[in-house]
Amino acid sequence: MKAEDLSERLLKEFPDLASSFSIDKGEAVVTVSSDVVHDTIERLKGFGFNQFEMVTAVDRGENLEVVYILHSLGMKVVIWVRTFVPRDAAWVASMVDLYTAADWLEREVYDLFGIEFRGHPDLRRIMMPFDFEGSPLRKDYVDENIIPRPDYI
Amino acid sequence: MAIIDDLGQTLEKMPGGSVILTSFDALLDWSRGHSLWSQPMGTACCAMELIASSFSKFDLDRHGTFPRADPRSVDVMVVAGTISRKMAPAVLRVWEQMAEPRWCIAMGNCTVSGGIFHYDTYAVMPGVDSFLPVDVYIAGCPPRPEALQDAILQLRDKIRNESVAGGRTYEHKLLLPTSSPRVAIEDRGESA
Repeated sequence: MKAEDLSERLLKEFPDLASSFSIDKGEAVVTVSSDVVHDTIERLKGFGFNQFEMVTAVDRGENLEVVYILHSLGMKVVIWVRTFVPRDAAWVASMVDLYTAADWLEREVYDLFGIEFRGHPDLRRIMMPFDFEGSPLRKDYVDENIIPRPDYI
Repeated sequence: MAIIDDLGQTLEKMPGGSVILTSFDALLDWSRGHSLWSQPMGTACCAMELIASSFSKFDLDRHGTFPRADPRSVDVMVVAGTISRKMAPAVLRVWEQMAEPRWCIAMGNCTVSGGIFHYDTYAVMPGVDSFLPVDVYIAGCPPRPEALQDAILQLRDKIRNESVAGGRTYEHKLLLPTSSPRVAIEDRGESA
């Protein structure tokens, strides 16, 4: 299914998503605020998006962008759900109660970006050592162990 | 190895003991250098070359080197692959379980210096020699199995110069040339 066909069927089912729905480079994208992202993904799961492909984050300066990718094995289409959280109070609701696959993926985002997933059953570091401090994929992360790259060009 | 260490110091003080010591060293270094059992500390893609070295096409076993999964029964640890900061304590722990005398071969660019992960990383150690004593370095990304064979032979030459008495070394003539023999290139006089 193409993203255009998805938008037709999805907006027929959920007309209130029309303002937040867009098609970006051939992919269906839903941009919602962080307090309704759990509700939105729950509705999309009921619509037929039965595979939680991934969750990641992007450092956008003042805000951190949390990106979910949901996949429908029946409709053979992918949808992106984007939300923005403030840098100082970075938290969203956990999706573990909807998708078990979200467990380790959310731990990874928590580990590297410092975004708290409220409601997660076991939120601890997964890649970095447990006594590691800081969120290394944030742009303002500083570490004395990092050897800066010399400017060759 | 405490008994052998004491033996070396005792022999060195005895009159005529150095004759026994050099013969003993020759025997011990020969036997150590020709049965270098290895601990395959393969953490990344260099481990594929390390595995290929042990198989029949390259056959490191003919040099007396074959991999053991038990750190207590090995002599040389071949660190092959990127060492992350989380992995470094585990590598050090395996190293501390190895009985002395022990040697370490750093295989591949990541193990030598961090390789492509040297700059701008929060997760990778800048070389395994930041926490382990390394005897032989092999460059390459990844090195060929022939390079690992060359490292084993270089390590054997290094072991031949060791002595059980502390502070004593030997200067042996190398069994193998360290580089390919030079071939005289004739000046054809074309550029002149």
